[in-house]
Amino acid sequence: MKLLVTFSRRKGGKPIIAQVVRETGVLINVERAVIDSSEGEALIEVPDDQGRLVSETMTALGAHARILDHGITVNESECVDCGACISICPREAFTFDQEYKLKLDEGKCVLCSRCVDACPHRALTLLL
Amino acid sequence: MHKSIDQINQRIREGSARVVTAEEMPSIVAELGERGAFQEVDVVTTGTFGAMCSSGAFINFGHADPPIRMERIWLNDVEAYGGLAAVDTYIGAIQQSETREEEYGGAHVIEDLVAGKSVELRANSRGTDCYPRRTISTELLLENLNQAIMCNPRNAYQRYNAATNTSDRALHTYMGTLLPGSGNVTYSGAGLLNPLSNDPSLRLIGSGVPIFLCGSQGMVVGEGTQHSPAGGFGTLMVTGDLKKMPSDYLRAATMSGYGVTLYVGLGVPLPVLDIDVVRATAVRDEDISVDVLDYSVPGRARPSLRKVNYAELRSGSIEINGEEIRTSSLSSFRRARKVAEELKGWVEEGKFELALPTQRIDPRKAAKPMHQTAAGPRVLDIMDRKVVSIGEEEEIRAAARKLLKGGTNHLPVVNGSGTLVGIVTTFDVSKAVANPGKAHLVRDIMKKKVITTTPDEAVDIAVRKLEQHNISALPVVDAQNRVIAILTAMNLGKLFGGRRLK
Repeated sequence: MKLLVTFSRRKGGKPIIAQVVRETGVLINVERAVIDSSEGEALIEVPDDQGRLVSETMTALGAHARILDHGITVNESECVDCGACISICPREAFTFDQEYKLKLDEGKCVLCSRCVDACPHRALTLLL
Repeated sequence: MHKSIDQINQRIREGSARVVTAEEMPSIVAELGERGAFQEVDVVTTGTFGAMCSSGAFINFGHADPPIRMERIWLNDVEAYGGLAAVDTYIGAIQQSETREEEYGGAHVIEDLVAGKSVELRANSRGTDCYPRRTISTELLLENLNQAIMCNPRNAYQRYNAATNTSDRALHTYMGTLLPGSGNVTYSGAGLLNPLSNDPSLRLIGSGVPIFLCGSQGMVVGEGTQHSPAGGFGTLMVTGDLKKMPSDYLRAATMSGYGVTLYVGLGVPLPVLDIDVVRATAVRDEDISVDVLDYSVPGRARPSLRKVNYAELRSGSIEINGEEIRTSSLSSFRRARKVAEELKGWVEEGKFELALPTQRIDPRKAAKPMHQTAAGPRVLDIMDRKVVSIGEEEEIRAAARKLLKGGTNHLPVVNGSGTLVGIVTTFDVSKAVANPGKAHLVRDIMKKKVITTTPDEAVDIAVRKLEQHNISALPVVDAQNRVIAILTAMNLGKLFGGRRLK
């Protein structure tokens, strides 16, 4: 599962992710991160059964971790299956099926939200 | 061998016409041969579903009491044309809302009307003896309008050039988002299903021909604007009744950073009169080629990086200079298929008869570029020729003195042979002075990546560079990259107040 971790201004300097890895032994995959000296945000992936443990340990260390149930969602009534999103996505999460219907592999989505603006029909949303 | 249009319509009425889509036709011809296909097939249906900016609708509101001659007209804050008679207007698809900008426009007004939503009309007038009223504001449904006639000046492009972007920043165009460094390729068009690609000699598609337009029966008016079939870019002007359209094949959209557009579903049924029609409708995606144009060039003549056909574009990626680049369609092939399938159903059920053009469209025409009697201002008209530059080996203190003396904030940096190698600004020099460190020479603090212009460049292009890079000056260089002038935001003032030189 994916977790969105936000670091506060004060804790920004500490190696929180590394510390969580050491304390829990869970191997964290950082998929996307924007971290500077004052604050930061990281999208991490961990095994499904260890999401809560990681989240709680993060919180204890002063970061805020939220389990994300969904990546990008496609509004089927707005989508016209054009495929404008396909070449925009850095993770190739969108594809066409045999019938040229748009398919989304949510597991590949790293919530970068590039596709949200690129969709001419405003059919893609990212609820964070 | 020949079938008349009457014979074909007779079969349609009897329910015995054999109708196929243009996607099915190539394999039928491959299997049965041209003669066999001619005997087998009576009608080939085509379809396309994509962004067609040159679309809109004529509306008649009926008269108010007291009556008004509307001069300026808004529908949901989107301005509509006020230059027609008292209560007529034309709402264009790409006109943007004055309050919601690119998130809502004429296309959305049309979509909302078709979806049965109410739309607010606002209009004003100076008042006349016969039309004393000066303002009006009312909520309208599609059923309240006397006429709502879709009339699209340019639809159903025969094919469209694909787009990419070799620059180092993302571009937001009518061809969608183009990632930097040729990060993607976008294209539009239904390829083998496209109406005009199945009748390139325009024998069957012409004025008066009944078509599928946004889910109801419409008609071809004649050639579309910018119709250019000589190069393979024919277009159609089409019309249909908004009141009869379902909402499935008419969709408003926004190309981010570009604006509003309307997705239109359009299909033309083609009667199989003879072997020539069989040949034309056997066209495959592989047979339809377009150029991949580089949209990073802001001029009319965008360079082509390669030729590509629709089969390659639809495969998901194409190769450019040895690299695999992913492709995105902006039009929907799935919906184009649905248009052709639905039209096929209508003809099979005897609900839709065919007709030949009452007037043919010229298949040899080529669109011309704009005739410009006055060239727009160029950089050389307003650039500052008294440019002060500095050598890369000079000390930072020397740069500070030059900045003070020259009354400028920008110093182009040149090397020993006089070519541009960098730029320093007042900010760079102040920073070096405020935080003294290892930097002593101009070379140590200059920005090496310099955005430049040339004397012949259009001022509008130079202004885009200033905006995009958030800078306030561009060194003007010659072919040898020698600094000959500078263009600053201050120089742009010369464009106003009639003080333009030359």
